[in-house]
Amino acid sequence: MPDTILQYDFIIRGLLGAVFASITAGIAGTYIVSRRMVFLTGGITHASFGGIGIGYFAGINPIIGAAVFGILSALGIEYLSVRQKIREDSAIGILWALGMAIGIIFIYLTPGYSPNLMSYLFGSILTVTKADIIALGILSAVLIIYFSVFYRTVLYISFDEAYARTYSSYVDIFKYVTTSLMAITIVLNIRMAGVVLVISLLTIPPNIALIFTKRYTKIIWLSVLTGFAGTAAGYFISYFAGIPVGATIIFTLVIIWMILKGGMFVLKRNK
Amino acid sequence: MEQLFEISQLAAGYDSGVVLEDVNLKVRENDFIGVIGPNGGGKTTLLRVILGLLKPLKGTIIFNESLPGRNRIGYLPQMAAGDKTFPVTVTDVVLSGLMIGKGAVARMSTADRQRVREVINELGLEKIRNSPLDVLSGGQLQRVFLGRAVIGSPRLLLLDEPDNFVDSSFESDFYEKLHDLNKRMAILMVSHDIGTISSHVKSFACVNRKLHYHPSPEITNEQLSAYDCPIQLVTHGRIPHTVLEKHD
Repeated sequence: MPDTILQYDFIIRGLLGAVFASITAGIAGTYIVSRRMVFLTGGITHASFGGIGIGYFAGINPIIGAAVFGILSALGIEYLSVRQKIREDSAIGILWALGMAIGIIFIYLTPGYSPNLMSYLFGSILTVTKADIIALGILSAVLIIYFSVFYRTVLYISFDEAYARTYSSYVDIFKYVTTSLMAITIVLNIRMAGVVLVISLLTIPPNIALIFTKRYTKIIWLSVLTGFAGTAAGYFISYFAGIPVGATIIFTLVIIWMILKGGMFVLKRNK
Repeated sequence: MEQLFEISQLAAGYDSGVVLEDVNLKVRENDFIGVIGPNGGGKTTLLRVILGLLKPLKGTIIFNESLPGRNRIGYLPQMAAGDKTFPVTVTDVVLSGLMIGKGAVARMSTADRQRVREVINELGLEKIRNSPLDVLSGGQLQRVFLGRAVIGSPRLLLLDEPDNFVDSSFESDFYEKLHDLNKRMAILMVSHDIGTISSHVKSFACVNRKLHYHPSPEITNEQLSAYDCPIQLVTHGRIPHTVLEKHD
């Protein structure tokens, strides 16, 4: 029988993790889904795995390595697509594979230590530390403040960048800052869902919300709520069933999405 | 009638080459200029330079210092611009026209929202004020983007091929609306369709690498040839028009 204090600690950590993961993923996910950046986000996620590998090899926190890689690749892609010197989807594809290759090589080269690769690829409850929860909490606050203060600016740049440039000289700055925040959101949520699955944590909740509303702020609210339901359920199911947390969260979210989408389809047909 | 701005000795282009050169144009407060010319001739580039989206390679655009709000420009982009499935409402889009001069921490006041309501009613969009864009018809979309362009009371309205919006039932209303707006602002309208626009504009500018200004709304095939301005004619049956003969 687990110790009651440990169990209490586990429940608090699980709930806080679910709250902060759903807030950050809900806000970032709404931005990513409405700007059609899902593939770009996948590229950033996998590129950040290179940072995890180098982090291990150099003996620094792998999440910091991942954050550096994530932000640099996100900014690089935004910069290149602004200059229109390259084909964006090809660049993302190359970066995606390069990050994974660097990560695997450096983890393999790390002497005398074989880290649990699976936990980074698919997420694991055991690797979610108090520090991770605190980092996610701070990021939640930053995202809430950023999107409240600059709501109109961020919304209109996402919607029609060319038009925004006609009245504003800070379009590029905002694109870079917002994209960096997206990269940090992805990296911190890797602990919860893993490199392979984190993209779904950001994209499924907004798509559930889009079944019900086309309003940006409502999509954020609904994404956070459904994200919390899926994340909390997945976290606890995974603990008691002894299966990987990331996969359980994603599976729960997809089931919610399928039930609602199917229900909506049936409702509309019978109208 | 006061002069609004003057373009002199302007050259503009991209990495791939110079698109416009030696362009001179004076625009007064109530001008309504039809900008015509062949595809790739530089019409959209000219708009981009006036909007400040593209820095000229040479030459200047100088706005009249004595007019308040002189560089306030309303812009109706081509139909293809913007993502129609993006989750914004009609009200949101019209509201974005008030972002001019607001800075990054843009707060919308009660007066701003009141102004949006007025513009929405004026354009006959009140029933769809909270609708997302993907359920609107072409004509409704055009009115929404026109609302965004004019809500800030600009001095100059730039329209990039507004006749590409497919909704002929609104077309005559649209030109009537422009006629009204023209009392308050200068209009530069890029178009393929001189047949339709010649009954609305006051003058023409032919853009084909260079710019030739033609100070009356009547323009003949010979003049177009002289201006080196071969254009594609699109004609509609409902509006009186002249079909000009083919030329090189």
